[in-house]
Amino acid sequence: MNGLSFDQVLFILRGAGWTLLLAGMGFVGGALVGVPLALARSRGGRVLRAVTGAYVQLVQGVPLPVIMFVVYFGISVGGFDLPALVAAGIAMTAYSSAYLGEIWKGCIQAVPRTQWEAAECLALTPLQRAVHVILPQAARIAVAPTVSFLVQIVKNSSYAVVIGFFDLTYSARVVNNSTFKPFVVFSIAAALYFAICYPLSSLSYRLERRFNKARA
Amino acid sequence: MDYQFDFSFLSANWRDLLDGVWLTLRMSVATIVFGFVLGTALAVARTQGPAWARRCVTVYVDLIRNTPLVIQAFWLFFGLAAIQVRVPAMAAAVVALVVNVSAYTTEIVRAGIESVPRGQLEAASCLGLSRWQLLRLVVLPQAVERMYPALVSQFVLMMLATSIMSQISAEELTAVGYRIQSETFRGFEIYLVIAVVYLLLSWLLRLSMAGIGAVAFTRRRRLNTPL
Repeated sequence: MNGLSFDQVLFILRGAGWTLLLAGMGFVGGALVGVPLALARSRGGRVLRAVTGAYVQLVQGVPLPVIMFVVYFGISVGGFDLPALVAAGIAMTAYSSAYLGEIWKGCIQAVPRTQWEAAECLALTPLQRAVHVILPQAARIAVAPTVSFLVQIVKNSSYAVVIGFFDLTYSARVVNNSTFKPFVVFSIAAALYFAICYPLSSLSYRLERRFNKARA
Repeated sequence: MDYQFDFSFLSANWRDLLDGVWLTLRMSVATIVFGFVLGTALAVARTQGPAWARRCVTVYVDLIRNTPLVIQAFWLFFGLAAIQVRVPAMAAAVVALVVNVSAYTTEIVRAGIESVPRGQLEAASCLGLSRWQLLRLVVLPQAVERMYPALVSQFVLMMLATSIMSQISAEELTAVGYRIQSETFRGFEIYLVIAVVYLLLSWLLRLSMAGIGAVAFTRRRRLNTPL
């Protein structure tokens, strides 16, 4: 196929599988950290807001490849010998939690203040207010921007190539090094990324339009 | 944890790090300038151009925004090498970054252009302004001013993204860090230092973009009202 053997294409496809896994780890980890982060950023006390704000500023002000390196070398400094997948997963979690936290903070703040007050009048505890009243409403607002950020997670998982994690970018580079057909190899890799990202992009666009129409 | 932190490599390598910072800065500024110009031109084509131009720009934006920057850079850099075109890594890096950031800029400026009320366009053409004048004097200044915060965020992200150009052997900050790491085996320390430098660079960039905004958008300064 275009000068690539079947095995080489399969090799690239295997990389795509690892990209999906890493992106999935980034999203799940980012969501687990991002929800409390969003709550702390929007409802926390002054100290909590300052600390979480500093975290977000820190992560958003440092390039993801550098975060990857810091985590990767940091793990080995701690005396652990873990695969690159763990380092990449931790770095992706830090990265996506900072952005998802900010996105969801906005969504929580978009829920009218009176909803909090009404829930308080019904004698719900702060946790009940958040879980039963605010978060379900914020979640509806959050769907479209979150899907849109998924595209960023998939694309930016390619930065794990700097620490030698075997993903779609890495496998494409290996195949290119052995065949030296960069246009073919990287076009295939780009097409695979596109095949993952484009459906997500258009889904988020459709969701956004539907949401705006429902509110109009 | 009995790890001994050792930052002594800094005294021997600070010059290299400064060189890396300098290259990162030059790459970022070049990309911001060219990316902004190209993105604005594409946004105009996307909103005012003929149907075929609009379709082309849409395809371009979708293609670029749904594939990673690393792959785009590899495609360009190794591709050029394969067809025997020798370009410095720095040039290939800037081209890849410009292509990438222009796609995002296009969408941002397009949203700005579409936010200009129709009535203003009608008023401007009643005053006998040509299409070009209307674009230059009425539409674009407002579109850019309104979208300026989004543009600044995009440019900061782009500055951070220059770090991946170490992968195509551009000797910017991250690449310098990698070389020092392989010479001193102090990977953790060096990347902590580099993370701080990037943090400072992104603040510096935000600050100078705010300064440029204050100078460029005189209306806000004179009338003290947002657009």
